[in-house]
Amino acid sequence: MKKRSLVSINDFTKEEQLSILELAESFEKNPTRKILENHVVATLFFEPSTRTRLSFESAVSRLGGKVIGFTDASSSSVSKGESLRDTIKTVCSYSDLIVMRHPREGSARFASEVSSVPIINAGDGANQHPTQTLLDLYTIKQTQGKLDNLHIAFVGDLKYGRTVHSLVMALCNFNCTFHLVSPLELKLPSSVKIHIKEKNLVYHQYTSIEEIIGSVDILYMTRIQKERFSDPMEYEKIKNAYILRNAMLENTKENLKILHPLPRVNEINEDVDDNHKAYYFEQALNGVYVRQALLARILGVV
Amino acid sequence: MSESTMKEFKVSAIENGTVIDHIPAKSVFQVIKMLNLENFNDQVLFGTNLESKKYGTKGIIKVSNKFFKSDEVNKIALVAPSATLIEIRNFAVASKTVVQVPNEIVSIVKCFNPNCITNHENIVTQFNVISKDELKLQCLYCEKITDKKTMVIK
Repeated sequence: MKKRSLVSINDFTKEEQLSILELAESFEKNPTRKILENHVVATLFFEPSTRTRLSFESAVSRLGGKVIGFTDASSSSVSKGESLRDTIKTVCSYSDLIVMRHPREGSARFASEVSSVPIINAGDGANQHPTQTLLDLYTIKQTQGKLDNLHIAFVGDLKYGRTVHSLVMALCNFNCTFHLVSPLELKLPSSVKIHIKEKNLVYHQYTSIEEIIGSVDILYMTRIQKERFSDPMEYEKIKNAYILRNAMLENTKENLKILHPLPRVNEINEDVDDNHKAYYFEQALNGVYVRQALLARILGVV
Repeated sequence: MSESTMKEFKVSAIENGTVIDHIPAKSVFQVIKMLNLENFNDQVLFGTNLESKKYGTKGIIKVSNKFFKSDEVNKIALVAPSATLIEIRNFAVASKTVVQVPNEIVSIVKCFNPNCITNHENIVTQFNVISKDELKLQCLYCEKITDKKTMVIK
């Protein structure tokens, strides 16, 4: 993994993904280690982000490294019309690794071709967000003790949600059963379902959470955006069907954990937060450990 | 002269070079463009909307003194999957091959995804062909699939 870019979750094999998760466990036990003291990490956020950027910067700081970069495109030369190619070519000479989020799909792959230092994709448009996938895998393993043979429900916008696509693809390596809960307009695309079928795994599709909530190990919630609907009336009709409330958790499995990539709007009612099955804030914290492990591996310091 | 010879000569014969036959009539001009024949200096003869027993209508292109390398010509399979490549030497057929969709497509196709980085920076497009029959091309950059319906040739 040393010096390699991470653009798409499939750039790393199942074994490589598992080795990152294993290393992340050691950072969870001991997060502050000065192993990146002589390293500079650039965080280029052409698009706003709270969790991803801050958890990367926190990861670098706890490892003793320095962070340079910008938090939105308007404070960089992009606002003067600089091409992505030129921005990357410049920044790679100032840093040992680049973490990048960009609104266009494919930007991270392109950056990895022009850069002389490794690129970690922190989200390229609606395409990939592999570090979110790694932290989701880590969280699932942490709460269930394993990744294999689980029943996992995905709820909400399964059509456009990049975290869902990458996570489904990654879980295809672990013999999981998929329960897909979404409005008809936002079903999981066939390009992702192909991966499930290729591994001879099973998926079921539903239109309401109640149909499946009682029998799953993980409930992965996502936000439904109004602008995804061609007919606003349709959105008004279905929006309340995809809100999770505490009362709905009564007859669910003891080991059930609720995950969400955050930010949430109203799809998880705040009365769920105090339930011990709610796990989305812990999930966000895991992002730091997983990113520490990834940075350490790619920079070759462990 | 028999009927079949008559048909053959609707577009004059060439002494040496390549005949590209069985091109869908509507794709003839696209093939000319893809092979950059607009800038070719020797004779180029073509016909379109010709009768074809197999396809109803067809187009044909004859290029004098030019023999194509397979990777040079296989890209036309995107618009003319049934095209036959006939090498002519001394007015006689020297070889006949059917074009094949290559495994990778570089540069000639535009990614259909308007938000793909290749449509916003100066980048040579690259696709992996994931289905030759249905013509599904996966963009190396945005990973979206361009297909027959959405394909635009640059």
